[in-house]
Amino acid sequence: MSTLIEGLFNGISIGSVLLIAALGLAIVFGLMGVINLAHGELMMLGAYATFVVQNVFKPLGEPWFSFYIIAAIPVAFIVSAIFGLILERGAIRFLYGRPLETLLATWGVSLILQQFVRSVNWLLIICLGIFCLLFFGGMQLLKSRADWESMRTKIVSLLLPLAAGVAIAFYFLLSQNSALTNAWFSARNVDVTAPAWLRGGVEVLGFQMPYARLFIIALTILCLMGVYWFLQRSAWGLRIRSVTQNRTMSSCLGIPTAKVDALTFALGSGLAGIAGCAVSLLGSVGPNTGQNYIIDTFMVVVVGGVGNLLGAVIAALGIGILNYLIGSGTLALFLTTISAPQSMIDFFLFFATSSMAKVMVFALIIIFLQIKPAGLFPQKGRTAEL
Amino acid sequence: MVITESIISDRQSTDLMLQVSNLNVYYGESHILRNVDLSIPAGQMVCLIGRNGVGKTTLLKTIMGLLSPRTGNIFFGDRSITKLTPDRRAKSGIGYVPQGREIIPRVSVKDNLILGLEAKPEGRKSQESIPEEIFELFPVLKTMLSRMGGDLSGGQQQQLAIARALMGKPRLLVLDEPTEGIQPSIILEIEAAVKRIIAETGISVLLVEQHLHFVRQADRYYAMQKGGIVASGSTAELTQEVIQQFLAV
Ligand SMILES: Nc1ncnc2c1ncn2[C@@H]1O[C@H](COP(=O)(O)OP(=O)(O)O)[C@@H](O)[C@H]1O
Ligand SMILES: [Mg+2]
Repeated sequence: MSTLIEGLFNGISIGSVLLIAALGLAIVFGLMGVINLAHGELMMLGAYATFVVQNVFKPLGEPWFSFYIIAAIPVAFIVSAIFGLILERGAIRFLYGRPLETLLATWGVSLILQQFVRSVNWLLIICLGIFCLLFFGGMQLLKSRADWESMRTKIVSLLLPLAAGVAIAFYFLLSQNSALTNAWFSARNVDVTAPAWLRGGVEVLGFQMPYARLFIIALTILCLMGVYWFLQRSAWGLRIRSVTQNRTMSSCLGIPTAKVDALTFALGSGLAGIAGCAVSLLGSVGPNTGQNYIIDTFMVVVVGGVGNLLGAVIAALGIGILNYLIGSGTLALFLTTISAPQSMIDFFLFFATSSMAKVMVFALIIIFLQIKPAGLFPQKGRTAEL
Repeated sequence: MVITESIISDRQSTDLMLQVSNLNVYYGESHILRNVDLSIPAGQMVCLIGRNGVGKTTLLKTIMGLLSPRTGNIFFGDRSITKLTPDRRAKSGIGYVPQGREIIPRVSVKDNLILGLEAKPEGRKSQESIPEEIFELFPVLKTMLSRMGGDLSGGQQQQLAIARALMGKPRLLVLDEPTEGIQPSIILEIEAAVKRIIAETGISVLLVEQHLHFVRQADRYYAMQKGGIVASGSTAELTQEVIQQFLAV
């Protein structure tokens, strides 16, 4: 019995991570109809940001190090939000209304981000900085010219290779310096160690509830309440809801829809960052961390019904719990203790690895969508309610 | 530089609120608006009439910036708004009440009204309240503030749409068939409200309308056929012939 409760509890904590990530994905999809395949990588960036914050706090010694995780949450949010903002401003806004191209572009970005954390070093950062300074700085300077509109393409086609050339030249010039070319993280996984107060756990009904997982659940509840408050009570939340429900009329009312899009995308990405911060407490973090969660996150959005908070909560917990109960073999074990038929036990034993569990959950979701194609709580009409 | 100067000097009088010149608008390859010229003097009410499908809504959408013209210019006050996005046009002082009302459905009536404040040039403060004049014009809204916009009846939604447009204190009110599909008693209420708005604020109005009674309230009319303006003049001179031809009575 206690193994079953333990399984439930662990499933809920994994579901919580999925829920934070799915919230961001669902808000963005509801507003812009954009499916962001790089969402998992934004999670991964949040996890790496947590790792960096941990390393920054380590030399500070004890009273401080205990609280690095508190500082890591906003840092992860901001890092992922900034990357999300760059992604929206740099690519997605040119592709609105073209879902296939958006899908391809965000997939490309997800690959770039994976490679980025593998090979990022000071040299790369310096060269990127030089490029941005030359290119965007030059654009800003030339923008004040009277004939900017007509010269635009010419200026860009001149400035782009120039800035790229200088940046690449710097790269080769400095590449002898090994202090600069040491990769920050390398391709191997890194580990975030939970601070002392998150290790151990409380004993409930004869099993250990790890503090780290309780912390994740609490964090999820906070995020849910925060998102709900922001969307329902704040001025920007009202704008976001308005644009989600009627984009053209919102713009005729004077709402700057481009700004709303950018802000919403940053918010969704920031939530992915917080999810990444939570993920780092569950296991080691690598460039592929995002890939492990993105499919499940999509499943939560699909099953929950797009743009529905309650649906997302139920779907996230359901998928998290099923995945864990089946994958860890808890269900098979439980069936043995209540002496269920042998064939049933064998069936669940067959699926008792994490990848086979995914197969089974996936099959269940497909069956579910046959019965309820629009998810748990289908929207009436075209509008999404949050 | 030379071109813009000549356009400005072409516009003789500066007391025009809106001036549309030589507008050509397409949906894909189909040519909808043909060389449309139209102007609204400051403080006047201008009515655009024409049968269904001639392009009245298309013209209004182009004025709001929802459609971009292939040729032509739109001046609001003394500046060209042809290149501005809809939100910038709203902020510069155009209040739009579209055909079909377009109330934000899953947002409360109060929040729908608050959203009208977005059009104020200085933007919306977080804790703003709804001025009492709005409820004097449309008393029915006061009792429905917490209802969802989408749950209101057609007539109530129309009143809400006009009230929402007024929240931003526009200089030009653009109304697209505000009495379409609404029961007669409410039509009279809406007419009276529009009349009162004009008397109290001196706002300019561009109205698309099918009801002769309402059309007669306007100072001037423009009649549209197949995407072009074919007649215009003072509504006092609106002859039976013109009415027969352009209004679906
Ligand atoms: N979204 C659209 N796509 C293509 N054609 C359209 C669209 N909307 C309207 N039209 C066409 O443009 C013409 C003018 O329509 P509209 O401006 O709505 O007329 P009105 O408001 O005068 O009844 C009609 O022939 C209509 O079929
Ligand atoms: Mg129309």
